[in-house]
Amino acid sequence: MTATLTVRGLCLTRGARAILQGVNLDARAGEVVALMGLSGSGKTTILRVIAGLETPDAGVVTAAKAGMVFQFHYLFEHLSAIDNVTLAPMHVHGVSAAAARARAQGLLDQLGVGHRSGALPRELSGGEAQRVAIARALAVDPPLLLLDEPTASLDPARKNDLGDALRTLAASGRALVMTSHDDDFVREHATRVVVLANGAVVEEGDPREVLANPRHPATRELLQVERARLR
Amino acid sequence: MRRLVACVGLVLLAASAHAQAPAPLRWGGDAEGGAPFVEADPSDPSRVAGFDVEIAEHIAARLGRTPQFIQVAFQSLDQSARRGDFDIGLSGIEDIHARRQSLAASIPYYEFREVLTVREGDRERYRTLADLRGRRVATLGGTMAYDLLLEAARSHGITAVSYDEDVHPYSDLANGRVDAVVLDHVLAERAMRRNPGLVTHAAALAIGHYIVITAPDHTALRDQLDTILRDAMRDGTLERIFRKWNVWNEDQPALFARVLGTAGTLGTAGTNPLGTPGTVRTVGTDSSSGAIQLYLPSLLRAAVITLALSCFAMALAVALGSLIAIGRVYGDRVTRMLLTVYVEVMRGTPVLLQLFVIYYGLAAVIRLPAFIAALVGLGLNYAAYESEIYRSALEAVPRGQMDAARILGFSNFQAVRLIRAPQAFRIALAPMTNDFVALLKDSSLVSVITVVELTKQTQIFATNIGSWLLPGLLCAAMYLMMSLPLGYLARRLEERWRMPGA
Repeated sequence: MTATLTVRGLCLTRGARAILQGVNLDARAGEVVALMGLSGSGKTTILRVIAGLETPDAGVVTAAKAGMVFQFHYLFEHLSAIDNVTLAPMHVHGVSAAAARARAQGLLDQLGVGHRSGALPRELSGGEAQRVAIARALAVDPPLLLLDEPTASLDPARKNDLGDALRTLAASGRALVMTSHDDDFVREHATRVVVLANGAVVEEGDPREVLANPRHPATRELLQVERARLR
Repeated sequence: MRRLVACVGLVLLAASAHAQAPAPLRWGGDAEGGAPFVEADPSDPSRVAGFDVEIAEHIAARLGRTPQFIQVAFQSLDQSARRGDFDIGLSGIEDIHARRQSLAASIPYYEFREVLTVREGDRERYRTLADLRGRRVATLGGTMAYDLLLEAARSHGITAVSYDEDVHPYSDLANGRVDAVVLDHVLAERAMRRNPGLVTHAAALAIGHYIVITAPDHTALRDQLDTILRDAMRDGTLERIFRKWNVWNEDQPALFARVLGTAGTLGTAGTNPLGTPGTVRTVGTDSSSGAIQLYLPSLLRAAVITLALSCFAMALAVALGSLIAIGRVYGDRVTRMLLTVYVEVMRGTPVLLQLFVIYYGLAAVIRLPAFIAALVGLGLNYAAYESEIYRSALEAVPRGQMDAARILGFSNFQAVRLIRAPQAFRIALAPMTNDFVALLKDSSLVSVITVVELTKQTQIFATNIGSWLLPGLLCAAMYLMMSLPLGYLARRLEERWRMPGA
């Protein structure tokens, strides 16, 4: 099976600081890839480069059309939940209003926020807003979905719901790449983990193995910091 | 102790000496474009010169007081006299009924003719006001000539155009904005020296007189003025002054003879006993309800002009302001710099100046009708303020939303149109409403370029009935009737569109 996403030798410098120093990354349909690393390791920047929001100094990105869900969801504040979802299908892809609404309502239902379709973003809870943002990204049916810290604003029960939803999305033939601090969530729901340190990949593999027996010092440090934070 | 007493004594002495020196005679006039009446002395601009100046100085000398000039805008002379800003006022002030009723006015000291001035080429075509049906005829607002034109508007179908001073009616006649000017022959003669290519028909459309005004309770001073003026007619002082300023003609000895012949009744009856043939009487002020009935229709028409002007100017300001804001947020460096210069120039200079430049300054290049010039002037000025509001509102929309839009495949233009601008508009709504209310009031400035809007019409009303109370209250009520619903509407929209952080 060919990769939905191939990243080779990605380098990006901001001023004097090298943020990415030769990153390689692949993602295939059905995979949920988790990028882990301490703050400043370059996780979010990788997502932004893949999405086309940043231009790298060197390296190749071969990616299918990507959808992205931001950590601070960035819903369009003047539009209701369902109008946030239908805006791109209608104006970018020329889908009729009726068809766009039907599909949007289906996505919102599937993500468990169908009853909130008429609400404005400021009336939604953090978890609801995030699921609306996922629906918005999925409305144009991207083969690749990028999620920046999707668990950041969720309580444990909601995290499990989200994890199930993500695995369902992957199973339906998409590749998912997310950044996360939460090793429990990654262990439970990701199919592969990629650990970053100082803008480069230092370790990757099955989350259960990598996180149980970290080989690279950066991975061990990451887990320690995470434990300390939870305690 | 003795030293203290001496000191107190000295101070008292000085004070009483000061009190004994006669107070200066404060006399009011308008030096703006006021030759040969009152003008800044060309050889020493801090002093004034003119025949009214010399008459004022003569009066002061006869009263044993020092003349002190007080600059007052021509249109405000009556109000200032009533407030006591000066002791006597003279600046080509016309003898009209309403003025005699509300102020203590002297006997007439000069007789003038209202004359018709036209372009050389129209000399045969436009000989009287009746020839000017459908044409624009200009004059100085708040004068007998203006009332004459209002009368002609009714009887001959001309359009009366009111100016705040007597220079631009003639320059606008020369450049074709108006087709005739009606004003005092003194002003017409001066204007023809300034604008070659104009001719004045000698026939008088009306006869008028200049008088000296004082506060209504200064009847004793007024009687002194009458005595001094009569003496000046008898001993040749007035003739000498008028000859010096080139305004002496055969009408004056006739006036003097009439005034001196009827000396016993002059100045005390409260009306002009000369009957001034051909004079247009201003609207009577016998009852306030009558005055309201007379002036309400014209006030309402003026309010419509104010509202229309404000709405069109705001529409222009919103459209242009949006483009400027988008240019300043999205444009390249040169565009941003040029737009910044535009905004700073428009915000940093008075809108009054901008109106003058657009209407009079550009007249050689493009001759805009007054209403259009007013609309453009206010619109261009307010566009600068609106653009700043929109720019900060655009920048208040989180950048993350623009990233989200880009990933979803929206073009830059779509992202602005569908996402950024609608949110910015909601944020900008409150400050925009403020600006619209401010514009509604600033629109009163356009009277300087001859648009008669609500404030100007109120001023005309007030001048004619000699009181600001009733016209002022009516005018204020009309402005509030326009601005209050607007504020209400804006609050309703804000409630509905409440934005986070707005």
